[in-house]
Amino acid sequence: MRLPRVLLALLPVALLLAAPPARAIAFTKLPTPALQARYERLIHGFRCMQCQDESLANSPVSLAADMRRQIRQMLLAGDTDQQIRHFFVSRYGYFILFKPPFVWRTAWLWLTPGILLCVGALSAGWVIRKRTTLVASDHENPDPRDGLACTEERAR
Amino acid sequence: MIRRFIPLALFVGVAALLAMGIKQAPRKDLVPSPLIGKHAPNFSLPSLTHPQRRVSTAQLDGHWYLFNVWGTWCISCREEYPELLAIAHSGVIRLIGLDWKDTRAEALAFLSTRGDPYQRIAFDPGGLEAIHWGVYGAPETFLVNPKGIIVYKYIGPITPQAWADDIRPRIPADAAVVGS
Repeated sequence: MRLPRVLLALLPVALLLAAPPARAIAFTKLPTPALQARYERLIHGFRCMQCQDESLANSPVSLAADMRRQIRQMLLAGDTDQQIRHFFVSRYGYFILFKPPFVWRTAWLWLTPGILLCVGALSAGWVIRKRTTLVASDHENPDPRDGLACTEERAR
Repeated sequence: MIRRFIPLALFVGVAALLAMGIKQAPRKDLVPSPLIGKHAPNFSLPSLTHPQRRVSTAQLDGHWYLFNVWGTWCISCREEYPELLAIAHSGVIRLIGLDWKDTRAEALAFLSTRGDPYQRIAFDPGGLEAIHWGVYGAPETFLVNPKGIIVYKYIGPITPQAWADDIRPRIPADAAVVGS
């Protein structure tokens, strides 16, 4: 029996779709949906310290697996999200959080974009006002002396 | 006339700032530890070499020691091993090992062929103790003072130069291992 051509054509696509789960991180199930949701949110918020641009949720390294296990155990032991975050920050520093908190040491990090935006808006406003004034003055009667000055200047 | 050069001056300024940032940026693989200046984590773990005994903070307090995180699977740890043996031989300071995410059989075989520079080795196959120390790779080495405070952390294999420049100068003379 021969497979219809369409199915044959779809076979590579099906194979591609089947690939991702093979590389995905072992799926864990916590007893309640609420705990599971907190777990998912937490592991996406922590940086894997080895492959630093990945979260604990996506990292395949075994240190990330150890950290995920620690998070699960703390969740099951009744720790709050805040306590779990503090556990990791006190051992690895703020670097482990993808979203750094607003404390005095990180204030510049949060405030600089706003300051730059203000500076940009102010200078844009200044430039626009200046240009508008120039255009407006075109419609006014020019001071005849200005023109004379120019001619004189050129004549020299 | 000067006004025309303002954008150029701004550009040069920003470029200089960025160049400085790139040059002085700390290496991304060296994350400073928040544990420096803090008390080392309290622990009590089974000994690698004597499974029925334990290695604990209580035994370590009162002496300077280097807490070295290693594993037989770790290539850089093998690289620094001759230096660890030299440090142990010099008697400048005690070496305490944390055998991280390893199997006892492999670790013991490694020690018997390469020699054992450690005074004690704690066994951490599950990797939780390493998390308490903020370890994110091996080898990592912590310098701990007699009060149990972590005064320095060295990330990566200890080369003879790293020992001479970065670690040795931080160890006082009274850290020397007496009677060994």
